[in-house]
Amino acid sequence: MALREQTAVTLIRPSRGWAALDLRDLWLYRELIYFLTWRDLKVRYKQTLLGAAWAVLQPFLTMVVFTIFFGNFAKVSSEGFPYPVFSYAALLPWGLFSKALNDASRSLVGNSHMITKIYFPRLILPLSSVLSGVVDFGIAFLFLLGMMAFYGLYPTWGILLLPLLLLLALVTALGVGLWLSALNVLYRDVGYALPFLTQLWMFISPIIYSINTVPEQWRLVYALNPMTGVVQGFRWALLGSQTEQLGLILAISSATAIVMLISGLFYFRRMERLFADRV
Amino acid sequence: MSRYAIQVRDLGKQYRIGTVVTRYPTLREALADRVQALFHRNHHTDETIWALRHVSFEVEHGKVLGVIGRNGAGKSTLLKILSRVTEPTEGEAEIRGRVGSLLEVGTGFHPELTGRENIYLNGAILGMKRAEIDRKFDEIVAFAEVEPFIDTPVKRYSSGMYLRLAFAVAAHLEPEILVVDEVLAVGDAEFQRKCLGKMGEVAREGRTVLFVSHNMSAILRLTEETLVLDKGRLVMRAPTPEAVDYYLSQGFSQTGERVWDPEEIPASAAPFRPIALRIRNAQGQVVDTVRSVEPSVIEIEYELSAPIAGLRVGFYLMSTRGEYVFTSFDTDDPERFERFSVRPAGRYISRCLLPANLLNEGRFVVGVNASTYRVRRYFQDEQALTFTVDATGAPGTQWPEPRLGAVRPRLEWQVEVA
Repeated sequence: MALREQTAVTLIRPSRGWAALDLRDLWLYRELIYFLTWRDLKVRYKQTLLGAAWAVLQPFLTMVVFTIFFGNFAKVSSEGFPYPVFSYAALLPWGLFSKALNDASRSLVGNSHMITKIYFPRLILPLSSVLSGVVDFGIAFLFLLGMMAFYGLYPTWGILLLPLLLLLALVTALGVGLWLSALNVLYRDVGYALPFLTQLWMFISPIIYSINTVPEQWRLVYALNPMTGVVQGFRWALLGSQTEQLGLILAISSATAIVMLISGLFYFRRMERLFADRV
Repeated sequence: MSRYAIQVRDLGKQYRIGTVVTRYPTLREALADRVQALFHRNHHTDETIWALRHVSFEVEHGKVLGVIGRNGAGKSTLLKILSRVTEPTEGEAEIRGRVGSLLEVGTGFHPELTGRENIYLNGAILGMKRAEIDRKFDEIVAFAEVEPFIDTPVKRYSSGMYLRLAFAVAAHLEPEILVVDEVLAVGDAEFQRKCLGKMGEVAREGRTVLFVSHNMSAILRLTEETLVLDKGRLVMRAPTPEAVDYYLSQGFSQTGERVWDPEEIPASAAPFRPIALRIRNAQGQVVDTVRSVEPSVIEIEYELSAPIAGLRVGFYLMSTRGEYVFTSFDTDDPERFERFSVRPAGRYISRCLLPANLLNEGRFVVGVNASTYRVRRYFQDEQALTFTVDATGAPGTQWPEPRLGAVRPRLEWQVEVA
């Protein structure tokens, strides 16, 4: 038997304290990441009337409401851009982030039947739920390009950096999602806190308003929120909006995101051994 | 390479009482506990239970080992540790080879997805590579007998089709070590036979198998050696017939009576509450051994806290080799079934007379079942009581040799000179 040759010895024993990340194991199970992401996508729009149109409808309707109330009535500054494009360019990464964060945070509890019956690296669950949001993002993004053409706006060369900004949003969602999903196994409070947390987070990110509204001396503190860097980066890359110290803001945002991801990974791995017994 | 595929040393798993059964803790309670712990040192003594303790054994490559034990004996905990679903609290296990575990069939099946899609998804969850699934796809579909429905969402499948498909995927897993729990307890008789056949095939291919089951005849057919677990301890490792015999007679009183403790009765049994099962000899005494040549009585005492429509209370009789001898219910007679179409609340005894000259010598197992046909099974205990039949005076006992077969009827013979 060919498999015999590579027979691995698995030692099962109680673990104590911090566990190694064991990314090799994750690599062995890479196909499962693909299949679970694919399952989420397949299932999401089955038996829906509008199907993938939902991916556009959500940010679109939010944009309409924002435009009427914040753009027209409250006259929120939009850095000189048409308010619809200004807010939609921000709602795009925000939608991706909030969906990824919510799905990842609920991934362990939602798949408890798998956790209690089968071994696989548990990291796969939050990871694949974060990834499944990217397709929706792609659809909504095409709509944005149409809107920009309508307003006669053309993307800058910065658009080439868009994948990096996207990655920053995903890393942030995964980092926080790892913390919350593990906590959710132990304390179901997380489920109640999530909608509230997401809403607050939106208000402390420059979605409705421009970063220029924030007093200058506070901007670098403001950048500690990784979504500040992501959203402002999107506006710069797509619309050519000018922000002072954007590079520094992005650096600060990325640093926070990476800290969240690494701490989240270790916390998750540490709590992993309790999942099957406690979920 | 070591000759052992699995080596388990002093394995133990401790649960905090309540962590499994109580509702989910909230953050507030956890914080309150922390604060309390600050002020009252050592105040918090958690009650714990060892689901498994001091368990050590080895399994050689290519061996098929059975694991039996009553509910709560630690069988599932052992399998969960070996398949890395949960961590042990103490001790260790060394495993050489890829482990495939089947603690349940159809894990990860999604009702909205089609049969085809679920095969790929479930295969990936069980640890199969995509290429491997591609290769075995047709075989899996053929085994499950679902070709015409392969592109239909499984939520439209009958439960039988669903189970067949789920088992088919799992059965085509090719790990070096297979850990199987009770998956055969589902499906119709025909499918169970097919599953057993497949398991036998797996065993003959020289893979190491750890097989947990309540189905004694399956254990006897598939395994040569068996572990007996009781209350988290490994109490016996022996050739399977010996282990099964020990298991079936362990813990039973030698008085021919079985009384159910309240904690042995699942909540789902209500409004049916079993009280006792007894075997009586021709003189009406409760005994462990009855004579084949005399009639005897099997009685089930129970209480209904509410009326039940269409109830039937009865038993299975099984040999210690796991073969069913017969099944009988108190309302088998249509007239009596009419009379008891609704059985009012109250305390009852259902008594069955076993005629003389029915059973062969040996040990028999009585299983109890209380159900309403096609509606609900209130209570079932497959190994409730064992008793011995003594064949003294039975037909053919002038020859002191064991007779094959579970029954020993006194039949009419005629011998003619032709």
